Amino acid sequence: MPTSTSDTPRLAIRGIRKVYPSVIANDGIDLTVMPGQIHAVLGENGAGKSTLMKVIYGVIRPDEGEILWEGQRVTIPNPAQARALGIGMVFQHFSLFETLTVVQNVALSIPGKLDLATLSTRIEEVSARYGLPVDPRRMVHALSVGERQRVEIIRCLLQNPRLLILDEPTSVLTPQAVRKLFETLRQLAAEGVSILYISHKLDEIQELCHKATVLRGGKVTGTCTPSEETPQTMARMMIGVDLPACCHGEPEDGGEVRLHIKGLSHATDDPFGTDLKDIHLEVRSGEIVGIAGVSGNGQQELLRAISGEEPLADKHAVELCGVPVGHLNPARRRGLGMCFVPEERLGRGAVPRLSLTENILLTAYRKGMLFAGLIRFGVAKRFAEECIKRFDVKCGGAHSEAKSLSGGNLQKFIVGREIMQEPKLLVLAQPTWGVDVGASSFIRQSVLDLRNSGSAVLVISEELEELFEICDRIQVIAKGTLSPSKVTSETNVEEIGMWMSGLWPGAKTPEGASHVA
Amino acid sequence: MWLKFEPRPEPSKAMTYLSPILAVGLMFLSGLILFLILGKSPVEGFKVFFLNPLKDSYGVAELFLKATPLMLCAVGLSVGFKANVWNIGAEGQLLIGALAGGWLALHFEGSHSPFLLPGMIVAGALGGMLWAAIPAFLRTRFNANEILTSLMLVYVAELMVSWLVHGPWKDPDGFNFPQTKLFSAQATLPILLAGTRVNVALVFALGALVVGWVFMNRSFMGYQMKVAGQAEFAGRYAGFSAKRSVWIGMLAGGAMAGVAGISEVAGPIGQITEHISPGYGFAAMIVAFVGRLSPIGIFFSSLLMALLYMGGEQAQQYLNLPSSISKVFQGMLLFFLLGSDVFINFRPRLVRRRK
Repeated sequence: MPTSTSDTPRLAIRGIRKVYPSVIANDGIDLTVMPGQIHAVLGENGAGKSTLMKVIYGVIRPDEGEILWEGQRVTIPNPAQARALGIGMVFQHFSLFETLTVVQNVALSIPGKLDLATLSTRIEEVSARYGLPVDPRRMVHALSVGERQRVEIIRCLLQNPRLLILDEPTSVLTPQAVRKLFETLRQLAAEGVSILYISHKLDEIQELCHKATVLRGGKVTGTCTPSEETPQTMARMMIGVDLPACCHGEPEDGGEVRLHIKGLSHATDDPFGTDLKDIHLEVRSGEIVGIAGVSGNGQQELLRAISGEEPLADKHAVELCGVPVGHLNPARRRGLGMCFVPEERLGRGAVPRLSLTENILLTAYRKGMLFAGLIRFGVAKRFAEECIKRFDVKCGGAHSEAKSLSGGNLQKFIVGREIMQEPKLLVLAQPTWGVDVGASSFIRQSVLDLRNSGSAVLVISEELEELFEICDRIQVIAKGTLSPSKVTSETNVEEIGMWMSGLWPGAKTPEGASHVA
Repeated sequence: MWLKFEPRPEPSKAMTYLSPILAVGLMFLSGLILFLILGKSPVEGFKVFFLNPLKDSYGVAELFLKATPLMLCAVGLSVGFKANVWNIGAEGQLLIGALAGGWLALHFEGSHSPFLLPGMIVAGALGGMLWAAIPAFLRTRFNANEILTSLMLVYVAELMVSWLVHGPWKDPDGFNFPQTKLFSAQATLPILLAGTRVNVALVFALGALVVGWVFMNRSFMGYQMKVAGQAEFAGRYAGFSAKRSVWIGMLAGGAMAGVAGISEVAGPIGQITEHISPGYGFAAMIVAFVGRLSPIGIFFSSLLMALLYMGGEQAQQYLNLPSSISKVFQGMLLFFLLGSDVFINFRPRLVRRRK
């Protein structure tokens, strides 16, 4: 496979620049990857990582700069050319057809006519060799997220790549699956395959990568050897300042029950959705309860049942502060003191084309913003301005459109809007998903402060670190069932990771393991 | 070199307002070309079509008379359009409004009650609302597309008018013409300006514009409609009822179209005939979009549309062109508007062709 000598870089890029109408995505980026090296590209959202990878994979063309492949200057006009050179890429969002089998999906990406039986054998060989178990005859929609990722990786490996690009590969995996993935990647590197590993998770990079290039604002802010750094020093390179630590305060115990879900079962209308089965959950004032789980295990359905976006037939299935609310719509539930931060910000948590003032009205209108059916814009504007100030939202002002804000700032605005309504119960879904490190820790601290002031908080997140950082108790959702609750200090990532596969003591669905493994 | 449209980082505010002006300009230009192709002098054509109607104060009054039903229908429709409720059936709602109000006029013929005329207006609004309630019910109950149902009900309404004026409501002394008796003076809208046909319906229309503006820009319900139209999931997240938006959107359109209908039969027409509306209900959709769904814009665009109607009549009289020429202009206006609106979200750029 490798034809060059080991001191020629597999890939060297020089001065890559890519300008979009509103932003300079890449500004003079240099990067060198040696054969057999696992090279991290580290940076916050919007730092330019994805643009750079798309340049290398031929999805977009740079405005300036050159690419050297094994010492030769090349242009990569399209992904087919990239694959011909020996570059493979696993995207963050999978590109598989759900209604086809694994082998059919793989066949689609391989040029020329193929015999599916032979291809199945080859898939089995590769999957055995690299510890990526997958049955080529299964339909993709029946596979778990981890299995789908394996299909993507196998699809790349079948073309014998010499450089493999992985974009945030662990965001959808359980800790156990992450470990398996790392073994595979180390084995590939040992065989001489270079790997570009894109991530913002510092601990993973420390564990796996030989070298790291750090991007910030489209520029390289440093290169380092992760094993010689600490997460703090890398974080400083990544965000430019030190990471603030969260301050916790003691959980209050024996607070009143604010949210009580008793034996909620709910069948979904969505053919790819998850049915909820016999969910029991209790959140008391003064505590933060976290729900962990791999995405697609019923989080969406549970959230809609709690928020009221999908009202339930049984009004007693969900109780807010002792009032049965199963049949009530979100506005009525808000009236009882519930606030909710959804995972989609634009289009659900905020209306993109409306100003921040108008977006305040979306949920906070009860705070004296209406008079005889008319809007008191002055009150709403003051509320928006205070929210912007208190939650450090970077924007042009209360008149800015919601869509003009960056993801992190919009999330601070939405969290601020909900917290400023002084909720009895706050429900947050993926509160820091896609949010930069600085804004994340600010949001977590705000949630902790709210809990310390006596509110009940429920957090549903796929980021285990986040849950361990802020939650007093953790429960796990798998295949639409909810595990018993664990006090955070009495459990660990290992145990919760096991539970994420549906394997908790007394779990009723052992086949859950195959779904999420 | 070729032309490429690239998305703007954010929609252009300037283009939002320039687009209707650009569309009107392009419509004028194509109109000139059209006159040329038809063998008429473009200058003469332009004069007859766009200037003749306005050459005296009577013409200007007629312009406002014709703009009145357009304003009423367009402002009602814009409430629904903002919430993505696509009421295409204002024409039918207008006719049913005319029938409902007209029935009162015919039934209480000779009555001197001061409540007759207000009653007719209310009946007109209720009639339009009833006709709009059918698609609203079908949409909220069975999720039937209101575009189709409201459009189909236009034809039902047209046939109903036709049946009534040919049958039960036909004026027995009317020489067998398909029309009702003329409404009495008590059942006719008072004239606003002596010597013209402009009646109090213009006041209703201007009032509707003001109420529409307050509703859309200052009321919480109008805000909820806007949210429902721009981000359905945000509306659901906030707990705003999507069904209520559909009902309000449809009923606002129906009520205003109904008032427009009764104002026509109790105004310039003075009776119910087969030809109550030359397509005001359909043209009002173009008016609403050219006016950017805002009452202020609708005021101006309804005057423009009224001018197209009058220009068509003039062109028939003096240029020997069929009156459907005004429909051609309406169509061009909408076509160019939709085309120009692309520039709100995209900007053109010349790029070198790739290999």
